[in-house]
Amino acid sequence: MEIVLAIFLGTLFGFVLHRVGASNPENIINMLRLTDLHLMKTILFAIGLSSSVLFLGMAVGLIDPGHLSVKGSFNGVLLGGALLGLGLGSVGYCPGTGLAAMGDGRRDAVAFVFGGLAGAFAYMLTYPAAKATGLLDPIAGGKSTLAATGNESYVALVPGVPGWMLALGIGILLMGIAWVLPGRPGSGSRPLPHGVPANF
Amino acid sequence: MTGQLDWLRGGIALAFAFLIAVWLVKPIGVSTQFVIADGMAWDLVNPSLVVEDPETKTGYNSDNAYLAKSGGKYAKNVANPINYSFIFVLAMVFGAWLSRMTRGPQPSKADRVAPRVWRNRFGDRPMARYALAFAGGFLVLYGARLAGGCTSGHMMSGMMQTSVSGYLFAMTTFATGIAAALTLYRRGDGHR
Repeated sequence: MEIVLAIFLGTLFGFVLHRVGASNPENIINMLRLTDLHLMKTILFAIGLSSSVLFLGMAVGLIDPGHLSVKGSFNGVLLGGALLGLGLGSVGYCPGTGLAAMGDGRRDAVAFVFGGLAGAFAYMLTYPAAKATGLLDPIAGGKSTLAATGNESYVALVPGVPGWMLALGIGILLMGIAWVLPGRPGSGSRPLPHGVPANF
Repeated sequence: MTGQLDWLRGGIALAFAFLIAVWLVKPIGVSTQFVIADGMAWDLVNPSLVVEDPETKTGYNSDNAYLAKSGGKYAKNVANPINYSFIFVLAMVFGAWLSRMTRGPQPSKADRVAPRVWRNRFGDRPMARYALAFAGGFLVLYGARLAGGCTSGHMMSGMMQTSVSGYLFAMTTFATGIAAALTLYRRGDGHR
């Protein structure tokens, strides 16, 4: 049953990444060089909406808080995120979108994925050294969230407010930012990237 | 619903994918599976890499410290390739292919070698593009493993759960991502 779900949910995720244009490195690079923010709007709206519905779903008992998986905070998150950003801004793929782009028939994505396998392998070999630097020691409460989740494994940094209320507030804020961000900042006269219909 | 979705429909579709995953199983994550794939390949060459060990929490152990961490969690998945997270990631490739076959956005032949923004900046140099894509992949996955997750697991799933680590990760990823893209591709090239 778990494998059927893996096939269904993985297929859905790959399908959606492709449909929203995230597997097209053109969109990622143009988002990061601030010429086309439509993908930024998509991402912010998706985070805001999913966060709001997730916490509301947990509050009414539809979604099991035991399904959550909150990752810890440590300085390696900041440094690793910075390294990932360098690669993302340079080539326009992240791990998930690179895989989806292989399904899109992109050959540079194959090179990216092999590079990724090499990078992950390098981390497997250097993990003891990374650990010894203290980069993996917990900061900011370790596995912490802002909103109370109802899952006792995770620390809520704002415990006084009902989780769903705080998450809804953050979610609406993110969706609002997505709504007001300009799709194409700076110029209204640039040609549309390929694949985007003229009435977009 | 042909071609690329507009931002609002796209955002709703993406939110749906993340929500249904956490509702039915657990939050979406991708980058760990690069380690699992490496472990499988390594274990083929050196079958003593991952061994059964009743002493650990999962029943598996490895002489590689990373595979052995958290009670052999990764070692177990290396030894059992048909597991949820690994099949999920393989299915993603299929899902993207399915979208292309059902009138999703269609990359041109040239796009499949390098995106247009690259060609405008660096010309038609496929080998240079592949080399940079390989180097970028190395950085992205090394960084993702050091951070403990990638754009899917840390940023999307993380911020969905209001994880502090998700916000931290998104901050530095976008800071260096914007710096790299502006430096390499500049703002004006190709689109004005």
